[in-house]
Order: sequence, then C-alpha cells, then structure tokens
Amino acid sequence: MQAVKKPSLLESSLKDAAGGALVTLALAAVMIGMKVDVASGRGAELFIEYRWFAVAMAVVVVFAGRLVMNLFFWRTDNSVAAAVSGLMPKSKAGSGLGAALKPLLLIVAIALPFALMFWLGARGSRQYIDLAILVTTYVMLGWGLNIVVGLAGLLDLGYVAFYAVGAYSYALLAQYFGFSFWICLPLAGILAAFWGIILGFPVLRLRGDYLAIVTLAFGEIIRVVLLNWYEFTGGPDGISGIPRPTFFGLEFTRGEGGFADFFGLDYSSIHRIIFLYYLILIMALMTNFVTMRLRRMPIGRAWEALREDEIACRSLGINTTNTKLTAFALGAMFGGFAGSFFATRQGFISPESFTFIESAVILAIVVLGGLGSQIGVVIASIFMIGGFEFFREFEEYRMLVFGLLMVVIMVWKPRGLVSTRAPSVSLSKSAKGISADLVQEGHG
Amino acid sequence: MDYFLQQLINGVTLGSIYGLIAIGYTMVYGIIGMINFAHGDIFMIGSFIALIMIVALGITAATPLLLLIAALVLVLVIAMALTAFWGWTVERIAYRPLRGSFRLAPLITAIGASIALQNFVQISQGARNKPLQPLVQGGFQLTDGGADGSGFVVQLSYMQILIIVSTVVLMLGFTFLINHTSLGRSQRACEQDRKMAALVGVNVDRTISLTFVMGAALAAVAGLMFLMYYGVVDFFIGFVAGVKAFTAAVLGGIGSLPGAMLGGLLIGLIETFWSGYFSVEYKDVAAFSILAIVLIFMPEGLLGKPEVEKV
Amino acid sequence: MTQWNDNPVLTVEHLTMRFGGLTAIDNLSFNVGRGDITALIGPNGAGKTTVFNCTTGFYKPTEGRLVMRRTNGEKYLLERMPDFKISAHAKVARTFQNIRLFGGMTILENLMVAQHNPLMVASNWTIGGLLGLGGYRHANVDAIEKAKYWLDKTGLIDRADLPAAELPYGDQRRLEIARAMCTGPELLCLDEPAAGLNPKESLELNELLMYIRKEHDTSVLLIEHDMSVVMEISDHVVVLDYGVKISDGTPEEVKNDPHVIAAYLGVDDDEVDQIEEEVGL
Repeated sequence: MQAVKKPSLLESSLKDAAGGALVTLALAAVMIGMKVDVASGRGAELFIEYRWFAVAMAVVVVFAGRLVMNLFFWRTDNSVAAAVSGLMPKSKAGSGLGAALKPLLLIVAIALPFALMFWLGARGSRQYIDLAILVTTYVMLGWGLNIVVGLAGLLDLGYVAFYAVGAYSYALLAQYFGFSFWICLPLAGILAAFWGIILGFPVLRLRGDYLAIVTLAFGEIIRVVLLNWYEFTGGPDGISGIPRPTFFGLEFTRGEGGFADFFGLDYSSIHRIIFLYYLILIMALMTNFVTMRLRRMPIGRAWEALREDEIACRSLGINTTNTKLTAFALGAMFGGFAGSFFATRQGFISPESFTFIESAVILAIVVLGGLGSQIGVVIASIFMIGGFEFFREFEEYRMLVFGLLMVVIMVWKPRGLVSTRAPSVSLSKSAKGISADLVQEGHG
Repeated sequence: MDYFLQQLINGVTLGSIYGLIAIGYTMVYGIIGMINFAHGDIFMIGSFIALIMIVALGITAATPLLLLIAALVLVLVIAMALTAFWGWTVERIAYRPLRGSFRLAPLITAIGASIALQNFVQISQGARNKPLQPLVQGGFQLTDGGADGSGFVVQLSYMQILIIVSTVVLMLGFTFLINHTSLGRSQRACEQDRKMAALVGVNVDRTISLTFVMGAALAAVAGLMFLMYYGVVDFFIGFVAGVKAFTAAVLGGIGSLPGAMLGGLLIGLIETFWSGYFSVEYKDVAAFSILAIVLIFMPEGLLGKPEVEKV
Repeated sequence: MTQWNDNPVLTVEHLTMRFGGLTAIDNLSFNVGRGDITALIGPNGAGKTTVFNCTTGFYKPTEGRLVMRRTNGEKYLLERMPDFKISAHAKVARTFQNIRLFGGMTILENLMVAQHNPLMVASNWTIGGLLGLGGYRHANVDAIEKAKYWLDKTGLIDRADLPAAELPYGDQRRLEIARAMCTGPELLCLDEPAAGLNPKESLELNELLMYIRKEHDTSVLLIEHDMSVVMEISDHVVVLDYGVKISDGTPEEVKNDPHVIAAYLGVDDDEVDQIEEEVGL
C-alpha cells in the first residue's frame, strides 16, 4: 500500500498560480497585447499596436498575486489569515461599536466644515466640503432607495429616474415660473412621489428580476425623453442658470443684502458651500428620521413583512398594492428631494447626470451597506463615493477599480457590511439583532 | 410597400443580432436565475476581438472571395474561443463564489463586472470609435424603384443574408444541442432543480460554466456580425445592445431559446419600424414600452411557461 | 336537524374550481356551523387546500358561492372579494400548510404585523403616527398587549424577541395560529395544524383550539390528517375525495360511513356499492 501523497502547499499554490497566469495570458493576449487604433493622417485606416510587455506584466502580476494569496490566505487556516481576522471586530463587539458609531458619525458630520476650515482654511477646505456634499447626497439617495429595496424588498434599478424628476422639476419650475428653491423643494418631492406611483402601479404585478428590468426600462425612458424633448427640457444641452438657494431669503452674494453682509461677515464663496452642506445634511437626516420612525409603524412593518412573505401578508388583511405603492412613492419622494438639491447645487443639469450607472451606484451602496441598514448606507457611501473621489488622479482607472471593488466586496461579504437586522419592537431591553441569514431579500 | 419591405429586412437583420445575444441571457437566467448584466459587455469584447483579428490578419474588401471566407471563419473561431474564455472567467470570478448566496449579491457583482469590463476596454483599446471599412459589399435589388426612378429601391445586401442565414443555422444547431445531447440534458436538469441534478450526478458547476461559455460564444458571433453590419464599434456598445437583448429575452419568455430568438426579432422589428415611420430618437422608448406592456399583461413572456403562484 | 345547518358561519354552495382541464373541486356544498370546530378531511389531492384557497380569496372559484355571515349580521360573498379584504372585513383568517411566517422578523413583530389594519387606522394612515398625533401610541401599546396575550396562550412569551425562523417546527405552527388570531377572526381556517407535531404537541394544539372556540367566539375550519385531532375535537366533519363531498356529519357518523372507509382504504367504486349493500345503505 502506497500512501496517497498530498501535494504540498507550495506545490498546489504554484499550480494554481500557473493556471491563473495562463488564463490571464489567454484573456490579455488580444485585448491588452493588441491595441487597434485609427491611424492618423491615412484616412480612417486601422492598425494594430502590439504591447506584449503589458501582457507579460499582467501575467506576472496575476501569478504573483495568486501565489501570495494561496500561500498566506486562501489555503491556510493559520497565522496570517487568522491574525488579520482577529483584528476585525467580532459580531458582538460590532453591535456595540455600531451603537457608539452612530452618534460619533453625527458629531463628525456636524463639525466637519468647521474642522476643515480650521485646519485647511477657506480655500483649502473647499474641495473636501464639496466631496462631503457629494457623499451626503448619495447617503440620502441610498436611504431613499433603502425604503424600496431594503425594507419592502422591491428591486428597483431605475431609481435615478426620480432623482432626475426632482432635479428637472425644480429647474423647470424655476425657469418657467420663477419659483424659488424653497417652494420647489416640496413640489419636486411631490412630483417625484407622483411619478413613483405612476411607474409603480403597472409594475406591481411583476416579481424579482422582471421588476428590476422594467424599472430599468422606465429609468431609461425618462432619460431618453429628457434628452429628446428639446423645446421643453433643452435636450442634451440641459438647463443652466438654475437659481441658487437662499438662506431665509438671503442670497449668498457679495455686497449689500447678501448673507455675509447681513451677518457682518466678510464675503466668501465658502459660505454657500457650507450652507449647501448643512442643507443636504439636514435633508438626509430627515430622510433617516422618517424612515426609522416608519419602521416602527404599521406601514413600515408591513413593508418588511412584504419582503419576508407576500402571501402571508395578504392572508393577514394587508393591502399589498397600497403597501408597495407607498414604498415606491416615499422612496421616489426622497429621491426627488435629493434631485432638486442636486439641481440647485450644480446650477446646471443635463440628462447625462441621470444614466443607468447612477442607479447602479445607488443600488450598490444599499446592497454593499447591507440591505435595510441605515448605517450601512453611510459607511458604503463614504467608502465608495469618498474613496472613489480620492482616486481622481488615476482618472482612467477609477471606474475600472470601482467595478472590480464592487465584485470583490460582494464576494467577500454577500450580505453587505452591516447585515444584522434590528427588531422594530421588543419586549425585553436587550433584544438582539437578527442574523442576515434569516432575513429574506424579497421577491418583488 | 417597398419602404415597408426594406424596414422588414433591416428589422430582421437587427433582430437576428439581438436574438443571438438574448440566448446568452436566457440560458443563464434559466439555469441560475440571475440577470448576467455583464453579458452585453461580453458581446462588446467579442466584437473587439473580431475587429482586432480582422485588422491583424489584414482582411479587406479586396481580399479574394475564397480567402475572405476562410479568413472570416478563422476570425469567427478565434473570437468565439477567446470570448468564451472571457465569459468563463467572469462566471468563475464574479458569480461562482456567490452561488447559493443571496439573490441580489450576484446582481451587484454582475453590474460591477459590467462596469469593470467596459472600463477595461476603454483603457486597453482607447475610447475612440473604431470604424471598419465594409468587407462584404453589394447585394440584391429587390425592386428597381419604378420606371421613372421615383419609387423606393429595396436592397437586400449580402451581409444581411449572411447574418440571417448564419443566425438560423446557429439556432438550429443550438436547439439540437439542448434537446439531444447529454450536455443539453444536464442543462435542462439544472434548470429544473440544481440540488436534485447534483444528487443524480450532474456536475452542476461545469454545466453552469459551459452555459456561460456557450452564451459568450454566441455573443461573439453577434459581435462579429454587429461589427461587419454597422462597421463601427466602441467600448460602450455593450450596454445598449445588452439591455435590448435582455428585453428580447424577457419578451420572448425567459428560459426559452425560441422565445429569445422571437423576442430578438420583435425588438429588432419594433425598433426599425419605429425609426422608419415615427422617430429615430424615441426608438428605445418604443422598445422599452413594449417590454413593459408585455410584462404587465403577460408576465411570463410570449413563449415562457406561466409561473403558478403556490399558496 | 343539525346545528351547522341552522346557524352557519360559512356556507359553501356549489363550489367548483377548475385548473385548465383538471377539476379540483366539483359542485361542493357544505356548511360550517357558528362556534363549531369543523374538520375537512380526505385523502391527499382531494382538494381540501383548494377549498381553503377559494375561501380566503387566493383562488377565484370557477363557479359557486361562499357566504360568510358575521356575528354582527353582515354578510359577505367571499368569491367576489380580494384576498386581503376577506381577512380585513369578512374576518376570515388562515394558516398555511407550509408554514408562512415572517422568518426574519421577531415573534412579537409577526403578531404586530397581524394587527396592521387597526393600527393603520389608529395612526391616521401613518400621517398622524408620524407626527405623533392621535392615539397611535396608545393603540401601539394595546397591540403589544394583545400580542402578549396570544404569546402567553401559545407558550411563546419567553421567546418574543427571537426571530420566527429560529423557532422549532411545532412552535412555528402555534405562532402561525397566534398570528392569525391577532387579526381578530370570526372564522379561523387551519391547514394541517398538527402536521409534524409530536403527540404531546398535538394534545396542546387540541387544547388551544378548544380554548379559542370557547373564549373567542371564533369558529374553526381545519384540514387535518391526524385523526386523533379530528375525532377528538371536531363537532362536524366533511369528507372530500377527488373534489367531491363523500360524507358530511358528526365524527361518529363519518367514522362509520362506508364511502369514507373506501376512500381511505382505496377500494374500487363498484366495491363501494358492494359494501353499501352489505351494510344496508
């Protein structure tokens, strides 16, 4: 009897890495190694630029990467991997951490502009406050979509449509009727909610991926209409000169009657940026407040019950049509609010800002954060949008890395970063979170 | 009437391309129940590989006919093989680790993979359009436009014939593969019940991989056709074609091969007729609206099996 | 003269349900007496669950009428109502053969969802509750009390904050009954409540059903295979086979009905005639 020889770790790792390298070679040989380009000056003739070195680089990187991962992470249950995971907070500690995290994040969010001003001065902090505005906008959008996807379990791939409706509502109302931001904000929300119901009504019969694809189609339809209805929306040129918001009637302008003048400050363009930041922060917090409150009310519980089991809901006398529509309408409304904020912040909008990729990013924030988790949305937004902006120097590679990261994070944590569900009501004070494995993801 | 005939021919051609891509969607959806969002980009990669091979082999319209045919077959084979490899890799990296996990996770990785592939091609091949001189020219004139030349000249180009004929051939071959081979049987078994299929000895992972490989290979064929028909590709063609093809798959009844083809044809026809008679700008709106209407009144699609709600 | 014909809570008249070419229920008529525990029995595939699905609005019957008479005198034609209204207005609640709990929600939450409609009213359709107006807070406390009452009755009170999916099978069955009771039904339809229970749990279930009937003015219609449950607690038994009613009466009557014996033991139709002759029917 000859004992079966188990291949050593190094041997198997080498084999695996070699396999990976071969696959890379096959994939990269044509798509990286041969770049087809249009010759300049010789008509539109095409030629091939060969780049074998880049292929070799890709192969080497994959080989080395897989070898290292195999040796130290994937195939061992020892040292390095254990040490790394030991550093990660355990789930129990995680919930304690979460409890402390929320007020901490809130304080940071409130103090942020002043802290930045203090450290970097008005000029230096501008770009960071701008970034914070962007991140907070996505937090708000994520929270809005979380109602639809996270709570009610309705997969919506066209959420950006409501963002667009909000933005265009404000821009058009301001352009045609001269309404101010503060009048338009609620109107934009109502219009978006109205569109949410209009689009929601026909798709309620659909389930799962069908719903996803029809919402995607609706999102695209709205974009194409905005793009081609030149007389009304300005088509691809968009709408410019959208009025800026005022602080209780005070404009952020130089000179008499402006914000700076009224409060006796020196005029600085940073005032408006900071104002915009607090504006979106308050809007986002309102979204969160309303959502958290609704979760403890019959409608919120009905949303979650709908996600868990629609048939059981119907047997308990819940009107599932209305329940779904309210989820759609509310999610859309918050999207509309965020949209009109976007319009007033940019001062210019065009259909280009409302492509499918935006819907995908918002959905990714919700799913990566952990469906139904409000704090997860914040973490995912900071990480994805904030991190993404910091890579601005690598302009070209930014979206590539973004896409790859979406894959990697999802494979690593399929249930998102914060995956426990907190009960909406409990008898004892120490009710534990519910593991994500038990929570359904919805079928609609 | 002549104008109508011309639109019909164009619509069928476009529909054939959509149909071939739609098969990839429908098979993957049938077997693992997910929208493979990256499939449109796999089609785009197939198109690029075909373009690179055509340029690398120096094929032009001036190439003698027999040589041209041989070279195009070679290009097709290489494109199918390499694109299939891409499809396999995407499945291996982005979907297989999430098998049996929660439904939205693979949807997000699919969107991630789609973004990554698009931008990878943008970086590696550049963002510019790549125009290709037509390789197959000429065709039949079905009507002569009347004695005074005021009528409409209906053209059926050789390229269109090539596209429609090869689509029909591929479809027949494929239907045979699914209905009469052991691979097809494994696939149908996995579609019904993956766990049970595994219990009776079907290698589920391999079957799923092969599904992606076949879908990608067909997408490569569509890619080559698209390239030769329109004569231009860029890194973004995958998204629109992908969404349309998925629409086609859903319209025809997801999971059904003839349905995918039928859906493709319908979407192609709707799009060309809408552009021909109404407005080019709103052709996508027409396609999507039809999709929404069909799904709302006929959620299982035209040829799909109705889903019975179990209480 | 039987009680269920004098004072029925539910009357099923000429109910027929066809799925394509298959006739699942064929011209079925029976009464469910007010305050009775009525058992619907029959071999697998006899169409019992289909009767439930027609009663609770999940299927629309091909033909026939289902009349629900509430204690307050209101009459509802169930075949014309959408499913959620049957629960909300006609006060018919049900459980499912394959338990359908909200697994990711806690046991208490499951019972709160069941009180959706009164709570919606109390919260002024969310608006009042959101603004903190009206009696929502109060109604919420009452709802929790009601949930606690049923948790107490079903012995689940200690585990109120656990996710429903973590409960063992028998407890899940009881929780489903508690959830149905939280809707305040006048007719409770239970689809195989004793399936998968051990003898002790079965006994507890009997007690629970007797208690519900006695204390809550709720009539019970149940589908059951477990004869120890059926014969023990039911006042009235209806037997189905291949969608046709073959027997209807007290447990005692049904037990001795040759049609029932034939259906359960799998005797041919002509043999049934033979047996009928033998017993002198």
